[in-house]
Parts: sequence; structure tokens; C-alpha cells
Amino acid sequence: MVFHYQHRSCGGGLFLKVRAAYFGVFTALALIFSYVESLIPFHIGIPGVKLGLANLIIVIALYKMNVKSAYLLSVTRVVLSGFMFGSLFGIFYSLAGGMLSLTVMTILKKSGGFSIMGISIAGGVSHNIGQLIVAMLVVETYSVAYYLPVLLTAGLITGLIIGITANEMLKRLVNLRTGFEG
Amino acid sequence: MENYMKKKDWILIIIVLCVAACAYFSHQLLRNTGAGEVVVKVNGKLTGTYSLNEDQEITINGGSNVLEIKNGRADMVKADCPDQLCVHQRAVSVSNENIICLPNKVIVEIHSRTDSKIDTVTN
Repeated sequence: MVFHYQHRSCGGGLFLKVRAAYFGVFTALALIFSYVESLIPFHIGIPGVKLGLANLIIVIALYKMNVKSAYLLSVTRVVLSGFMFGSLFGIFYSLAGGMLSLTVMTILKKSGGFSIMGISIAGGVSHNIGQLIVAMLVVETYSVAYYLPVLLTAGLITGLIIGITANEMLKRLVNLRTGFEG
Repeated sequence: MENYMKKKDWILIIIVLCVAACAYFSHQLLRNTGAGEVVVKVNGKLTGTYSLNEDQEITINGGSNVLEIKNGRADMVKADCPDQLCVHQRAVSVSNENIICLPNKVIVEIHSRTDSKIDTVTN
């Protein structure tokens, strides 16, 4: 019994520590990116269009951690950044986009045949669709669908930028071991 | 690690662009140009209909938002919410275009005169 306990604290415990540490680093990075993004004035006349820098960390987490951690990271990021830089309203809004985006990315990644750019594009586009659906439900009007073409194209472009960046990052992070492998 | 775009990525991009183009063109077909009116709704309820032809300033929702109609265009000039998204948004003038202030649940929609009555009933 004692041996078993020690064995666990040596093996599993170390992995747990490594995972906890990396999860903390990823959360901090996602929050920093959320903050940086809130500083950039990026108003092009259409609400909801932004770069989605924090999504970069979520995409990296999807590849470097497991799906469960990516979801946890996404929720933590949205709630924390919502309280710090946004509003309560923004949390529900971002949560809908974030969850839909992550679900689509997970499905596409599992189905195979997509590069990280494709995954990220799907994530960016579905993020915008998720937010548009919430907007429709909240304001109870369907004329917000007017923004659909703009939001789709914007999601495509930002998703591609994030995907290319994530691809370059992953190339340089080959040796990163987050404790989620195998 | 994949370093280049795959075939499925391109298919995805083309599908997204096609849907965007379809949505854009269907909206172009449906939209009705011509002098319209501004419909203001708060929390889903109609609070006022104003003509785009008369320059005026409208106070909405007891002063939480101020809408300005000028030169046939409607523009949100004041909102008491923190993000100010609706204020930063450009002025609207074409049918079905809208300005939405989510925190105050204020919707400003442009309706053309011909279909405005039907829209009021269905909403």
C-alpha cells in the first residue's frame, strides 16, 4: 500500500506537476493575448471582427495537449478575460463562439486530412458563426444574418493568419513536452 | 507536423467563400433600395418608426442610446455601454442594415417603406 502510494507520487505525480505547470503557462499566454488584443483598436465598422490572438494558444493546446485540456483552457480563458477586460455579456458571447469553434476544430482534426491552417480556418469561421447565432437569439432578429458574408470571410482570413502562425510555432516547439503525450 | 496546405484545406476555403458569396448575393437580391424608414426596437419590442428623409436626433430607451438621422443615414452617436461597438459602427442607410447595441438590447433597423408593415407584424 505504502509502496503503491510512493510509486504513484513518483510517476503520475511528476506528470501531473508538468501538466499543471504547462496548463498554467498556456492559460497565462492566452490571457496575455486577450489583453494585447483588447489594446489594439481594430474597428473596421463591423462589430465582431477581430484577430482572435487567444485562439492561437487554443490551437497550439489542441496539438500539444489533449482535447479535454483545450476545452478547459478555452473556458478558463474566456471567463477570466471576460471578467478582466470585458463584460459579463461578452463572456456568454465568447463562450458560444469558443465552444463551437473548438468542437469543429476537434472533429476536423480527428477526421484527418486537414493541415493546421485548415483546422484554424474552420475554428475562426465557426467562432464567428457561434457568436452570430447568440446575437440572433439575444436580439430576436434574423436581419443580423446580413453580417454573415463579412463574418465568414473575416473568420477565414484571421483563421488562416492564426493557422500559419501556429504552424511556425509548432515547428519550433517540437521538443516541448507538456506531459499529455502518449 | 504538416507544413503545407492540403487538398481538404482548399476545399474548406472554397466552401466558406461560396457560402459567403451566396449569402452576399441573396442579400443583394432581397434588399430593397429607396428611401426607407428607421425602426427602433428595445428588447424585441417596437418603440418607434422614423423616416430617413428627415434629419433628426432620437433618444432611445430613456437616454441609454442616441440615434442620429442625417442625410438619409442613421448613425448611433451615443451609448452608455462600455464597449461602444454600436457607436464605432458606420452609419446605416440600406434596407435590412442594422445597428445593434447588445448590452441595452437596442436594435435599429432600416426598412424600406413597402415591406415595413409586414416586418412589424411578423416581429
